Amino acid sequence: MSTIQLSGVQKGFGATSVLSGVDLTIEQGEFCVFIGPSGCGKSTLLRIIAGLEDPSDGDIRIGGVRVNDLEPAKRDVAMVFQSYALYPHMTVKQNLEFGLKHQKLPAAEIDKRVAAAAESLHLTPLLDRKPGALSGGQRQRVAIGRAIVRKPKVFLFDEPLSNLDAALRVKTRVEIAKLHRELNSTSMIYVTHDQVEAMTLADKIVLLRPLAGQEHLVSIAQVGSPLELYHHPANRFVAGFIGSPSMNFIAGKVAALGDGGVVTDVAEHKLNVAVVPGALKAGDAVTLGIRPEHIELGSGSLSGEVVHVEHLGEHAYVYLNTALSNQPLVVKSARHDIELGSRLRFSLPTTSLHLFDRDDVALPRLVGKGRMAAQLMELSAGK
Amino acid sequence: MSSESLSLHGRARRRPADAAEPVSSLLRQRRRQAWLLVLPALLVLAAIAGWPLLRTIWFSLTNAQLADLTQSQFVGLDNYIGENGVMRDPAWWSAVANTLEFSVVSVTLETLLGLGVAILLNTPSRVRSLLRAAVLVPWAIPTIVSAKMWSWMLNDQYGVINVILQQLGLIDHPLAFIADPDLAFPTIILVDVWKTTPFMALLMLAALQMVPSDCYEAARIDGVPRWRVFRHITLPLILPGVLVAMVFRALDALRVFDLIYVMTSNSRLTKSMSIYVREQLVDFQQVGFGSASAIVLFLLISMFTLGYMVFSRRRMQGV
Ligand SMILES: Nc1ncnc2c1ncn2[C@@H]1O[C@H](COP(=O)(O)OP(=O)(O)OP(=O)(O)O)[C@@H](O)[C@H]1O
Ligand SMILES: [Mg+2]
Repeated sequence: MSTIQLSGVQKGFGATSVLSGVDLTIEQGEFCVFIGPSGCGKSTLLRIIAGLEDPSDGDIRIGGVRVNDLEPAKRDVAMVFQSYALYPHMTVKQNLEFGLKHQKLPAAEIDKRVAAAAESLHLTPLLDRKPGALSGGQRQRVAIGRAIVRKPKVFLFDEPLSNLDAALRVKTRVEIAKLHRELNSTSMIYVTHDQVEAMTLADKIVLLRPLAGQEHLVSIAQVGSPLELYHHPANRFVAGFIGSPSMNFIAGKVAALGDGGVVTDVAEHKLNVAVVPGALKAGDAVTLGIRPEHIELGSGSLSGEVVHVEHLGEHAYVYLNTALSNQPLVVKSARHDIELGSRLRFSLPTTSLHLFDRDDVALPRLVGKGRMAAQLMELSAGK
Repeated sequence: MSSESLSLHGRARRRPADAAEPVSSLLRQRRRQAWLLVLPALLVLAAIAGWPLLRTIWFSLTNAQLADLTQSQFVGLDNYIGENGVMRDPAWWSAVANTLEFSVVSVTLETLLGLGVAILLNTPSRVRSLLRAAVLVPWAIPTIVSAKMWSWMLNDQYGVINVILQQLGLIDHPLAFIADPDLAFPTIILVDVWKTTPFMALLMLAALQMVPSDCYEAARIDGVPRWRVFRHITLPLILPGVLVAMVFRALDALRVFDLIYVMTSNSRLTKSMSIYVREQLVDFQQVGFGSASAIVLFLLISMFTLGYMVFSRRRMQGV
């Protein structure tokens, strides 16, 4: 009904192009998060969907209808701006009402919607204040309230939490998730560069990235659920972007191909990776990847020297200098007794490793179905 | 400066007694510094505005003549409210009425037209910066020049405007725009509007550009009709700027002299207060009486200014 489809959407400002051929479908009721490095075109894409910006090429459909030439007002979207865009001379109540007053709604209905939105966003005591007399968090809630009272088919949020402090950010994040549950048939598109927001809120994450060699041209790196992006990143960029601290990358070579995956050669060590080899050949240059939380400390055939430890209370990040690469490996550990300069043994579990070919494209992992075979391989390699 | 010292003051009072001493000496030092900084400006003002004003007030209380300023006697308030005082002169009151009418009509027209031009200039277009410069031309021409230029163009015998109007068939005989008592006043107002609208337009353009563009985008997404956006977003947000522009213009208009002097120098029908004062001082050599009328003019304008200041201060506190 209100599925949003983008096909081949391109955008340039004058001579510089920003977006290159974006294809994307956002289902009705879905919570879709656009994420990517600063300046990569997230706001531009959102503004194209809102109708504030015209695409240079490509089609936008909402509910199957092409809306390229439709005024923003006719698209039935509501937007929460990065800068809030509150009307400075109006009170909170007037701000909430203003978008409704020209519609032919009965006054009672307007009052009801405003009161309900104010109640759910805890704005009732502030209704007579002007935006200048509100804190950042309160302004942000007014901006959300102004979108809610419209009852749109699609909500567009442009980094709504970026001006809030950490505590308020978590609180508002939960409130936005709650709001999405309550309005379950309303789609939401949410721009952020905070991956925790993306992981916690999204049904679908759209990760944008600059094209290699053309810093200004942006395309979609991967679309998928948060866990898909986390467990099955499509390429090295996604793997490095999602997760904090980011994935460790180790350069290697293909030593042999097997049923249970690929045997790689990294600095004299043979490491097995449970992936579908595809077109890989022995001798190809590859990059291995492993997340800090998946490296197992304490035993194994590999070892490294502790060069730095970050204690975060619940767990610690240990930086290990190893023979595998000249970058230290970051390892997440629950232990707090690790001393600088000590040597630790560790292993890189076959099923947790990611493998990227020389074009940085990920090879499909065998997690799940290939696990048994992979474990067998690890046993045989350990001998 | 004053708000800063106020807040300092407040902080000092809230401090415990032992900490109060160094802060208050700091405060005193800041005050002294503030006075030192404004002192040169105050001195210059006193020399170029204060002294002439005081002398004019003194002259207005005497029967001085331009021919010999030393031979004058103190006559008290005779020049103001005496039998032949300025307050009893019908010609003065007709000049006051003319000036007020001129000010109200011209400032109103200039505000409306200026706003229209400003809105046109504010819509994005390729020639915008060129237009912005072009629109300033009337304002850049000295008033004497443009007044003379217009009197020639409007002349009933050889003026180009009469020729054009006749050829268009709008009039069948030439109009004496300046000499005709019914036409002279509207003509002067029109020339003033031609000259000053660009100035108003630029001031309002500055105000328009201060309106945050995301407010317009928010309204666009909410589908608010254009006139409602103008009425409820643009207008309230530019109003403070428009008011300042109007006050500047009104202060100027109340002192109008050059335009009227050049176009219709001694017609009683278009005489403004400034023209009246000059006539008394120079043509009739009545320094005492002329000074008295100048002081009345000064008081009128000061009252207007004070009224505006009180009004705007109250607005500021209201926000
Ligand atoms: N009006 C414009 N004219 C020219 N270039 C523009 C314009 N608007 C945006 N850009 C460029 O387009 C690119 C994308 O901008 P955009 O605002 O969409 O980034 P973003 O991903 O939202 O960044 P951020 O996370 O910092 O908000 C940037 O390189 C920017 O310089
Ligand atoms: Mg942005």
